[in-house]
Amino acid sequence: MALLEVHDLVVEFPTRRGVLTAVDEISLHIDEGEVLGVVGESGAGKSMTGNAIIGLLEPPGRIARGEILLDGRRIDNLPYDQMRTIRGKEIGAIFQDPLTSLNPLYTVGEQLVETIQTHTDMTPTQARARALELLIEVGIPAPERRVDQYPHQFSGGMRQRVVIALALCVNPRLIVADEPTTALDVSIQAQIIALLKRLCSEHGTAVMLVTHDMGVIAETADRVAVMYAGRIAEVGPVKQVVKRARHPYTHGLMGSIPVIGHDADRLTQIEGAMPRLTDIPTGCAFNPRCPQATDRCLRDRPEPMPTEDGQVACWLFEKEAAHV
Amino acid sequence: MSEVMRTEASLSDTTMLEVSNLKRYFDVSRPFLNRVLEGAPRQILKAVNGIDFKIKKGETFSLVGESGCGKSTVARLIVGLYAPTEGKIEFEGRNIGGLSRREMAPLRRRLQMIFQDPYASLNPRWRVRDIIAEPLRAFDLESDEVGIERRVGELLSFVKLTPADGEKFPHEFSGGQRQRISIARALASQPDFLVCDEPTSALDVSVQAQILNLMKDLQREFELTYLFISHNLAVVYHISDRVGVMYLGQLAEVAPATTLFRDPRHPYTRMLLDTIPDLDMTGRQRMPVAGEVPNPITPPSGCSFHPRCPFATDRCKSEAPLPRDLGSEVFVACHGVEENRIPRGPVIDAPPALR
Ligand SMILES: Nc1ncnc2c1ncn2[C@@H]1O[C@H](COP(=O)(O)OP(=O)(O)OP(=O)(O)O)[C@@H](O)[C@H]1O
Ligand SMILES: Nc1ncnc2c1ncn2[C@@H]1O[C@H](COP(=O)(O)OP(=O)(O)O)[C@@H](O)[C@H]1O
Ligand code: SF4
Ligand code: SF4
Ligand SMILES: [Mg+2]
Ligand SMILES: [Mg+2]
Repeated sequence: MALLEVHDLVVEFPTRRGVLTAVDEISLHIDEGEVLGVVGESGAGKSMTGNAIIGLLEPPGRIARGEILLDGRRIDNLPYDQMRTIRGKEIGAIFQDPLTSLNPLYTVGEQLVETIQTHTDMTPTQARARALELLIEVGIPAPERRVDQYPHQFSGGMRQRVVIALALCVNPRLIVADEPTTALDVSIQAQIIALLKRLCSEHGTAVMLVTHDMGVIAETADRVAVMYAGRIAEVGPVKQVVKRARHPYTHGLMGSIPVIGHDADRLTQIEGAMPRLTDIPTGCAFNPRCPQATDRCLRDRPEPMPTEDGQVACWLFEKEAAHV
Repeated sequence: MSEVMRTEASLSDTTMLEVSNLKRYFDVSRPFLNRVLEGAPRQILKAVNGIDFKIKKGETFSLVGESGCGKSTVARLIVGLYAPTEGKIEFEGRNIGGLSRREMAPLRRRLQMIFQDPYASLNPRWRVRDIIAEPLRAFDLESDEVGIERRVGELLSFVKLTPADGEKFPHEFSGGQRQRISIARALASQPDFLVCDEPTSALDVSVQAQILNLMKDLQREFELTYLFISHNLAVVYHISDRVGVMYLGQLAEVAPATTLFRDPRHPYTRMLLDTIPDLDMTGRQRMPVAGEVPNPITPPSGCSFHPRCPFATDRCKSEAPLPRDLGSEVFVACHGVEENRIPRGPVIDAPPALR
């Protein structure tokens, strides 16, 4: 059984102009110790999916339909208090801006100790020792000195390390990381990715890694889900998706990324832009930009179809799916 | 194919822009009274601290480096938004550093800039046609309104928008379309030189590809020279003829793009290349990246990269290395390279195209 299962999740936003569907019947799963990358352009619904899983959708956003199960147990309909306990104990969250997870008024050590003590019965001395251990684990130099400093005394990269330490306090089984390196310099990004990879292989933690950066996914993920306009276009093992994409959108996306050493004068270009939520085309949402669209694509929406090693939502693969 | 074009571009040997010993300092001290009362020292941030490079007519020269290394400050110095603290900026042989607004006016038409955030740089209350017509009016480039309208339509079509888009306001466009509008405005005065400061960094990759393709097309069509600024090494590889790698206000290495990525010489360049995610998924081993950029107000002594450099020696800690010409248009500021003790060879497993 998968550690996390999401079935037909729908996330909606009631607005004055009607109800907008930001996530439209998404299903996915993550196994223990697995890194699932969720990739897509801004507005694709990645963060809404992640926030729904950790129970932190901002109102008026709401889960309209579907189920989220952790270890077979439904967590999408729990009261706030119970969900908060799960967030502390079983699911850790890392966001793009580390400052959203840190309290500016408390030292880094105080915040770590507090989180540890909320979820374990360690004494203050034990908790402080554990806090130091965590700071060492995430690679903060001179932790004995740093532990008593405030978040503003840390650089962006160091703050993100502290947030990771906070997420690790209680050995969560799942970490949802939403663009954890997007705000960081490339050299710090590389360090944080290496850290996340090491931690999840050492602790068997499952990670849902949300990012718009295919490079980060290629480095880190076991499997990847490609999102477009609130739906999953394609899911599969990372090598397959990165090197032999099935869905025309993934194909275009991969071609549009400049790669060092690939001497293409022009990059593959997907015309147009992702539709706004208010005007998602009928049929396949990608049809206005798809070079292979047929009449059927304008009319009928493709549902995810099984492939050998994943799923793809595109009519081109109907035959292939029938054989799986 | 692109090899051919790269050589074609470097065939032109006319220097369009030359920067020598360019410096820009910022005074970031506490207010005078605090300094007197608290004995706080005067603090000078050397955002650009003595750099030299040349840009040839028709080429794309890029500056790359991590946040705060001084890329945007160089851009702003070149278009005259900042005056240099020291050094020269020569445009076609004429020093333009620190010219007054009025003295700069005739050059303004020829030197335009595109910014990272296309929204912030477009007046939200103006229709797109007026935004694009503004330089035409300012430089008096069309004789009447009919001419302006015709020219605005033409400019919109250059950037693959339609004349009807001219009637709309900036908020009605997506990020990529707004960047097209700022490019159309920059092209309005028929410039020769465009300074592009992270023009695609705020865009999604599929839209970034559209803009990069457009910029290459326009460069060919209008014989433009680009100073391109980015922290994204793959984008820089794709767009550039030559590249300068900046670290804490100085140039660590300048080299033709293909040389820089195939045979990086400066330890910082090598480290930067090792941070690039491996999209080819070859599983190659890389040098672990260590440390972070130090506080620019109190940069390390000697070579400012020495605290992060695996090859640092005592000399590196005390003496700042100067850029040295290694031939084949490669310039490197590093004692280790001078002393011939930095290992060569590709960090990145060169794909067939580069072997
Ligand atoms: N007007 C200013 N006053 C004081 N300091 C400044 C000013 N402009 C820039 N700086 C400082 O100069 C240094 C270089 O800044 P610059 O904006 O040129 O960096 P950059 O390389 O463009 O970085 P990024 O990649 O983040 O855009 C930074 O430390 C910055 O804080
Ligand atoms: N409060 C809100 N009201 C209306 N729409 C929203 C709200 N928050 C997010 N959305 C929309 O939901 C969609 C998905 O958003 P998000 O999950 O943040 O995208 P991603 O993380 O993939 O960039 C976007 O179109 C966004 O504009
Ligand atoms: S379903 Fe049709 S429009 Fe959609 S991606 Fe497939 S071919 Fe293109
Ligand atoms: S000068 Fe010394 S410290 Fe600086 S990059 Fe070269 S070897 Fe490293
Ligand atoms: Mg997001
Ligand atoms: Mg900048």
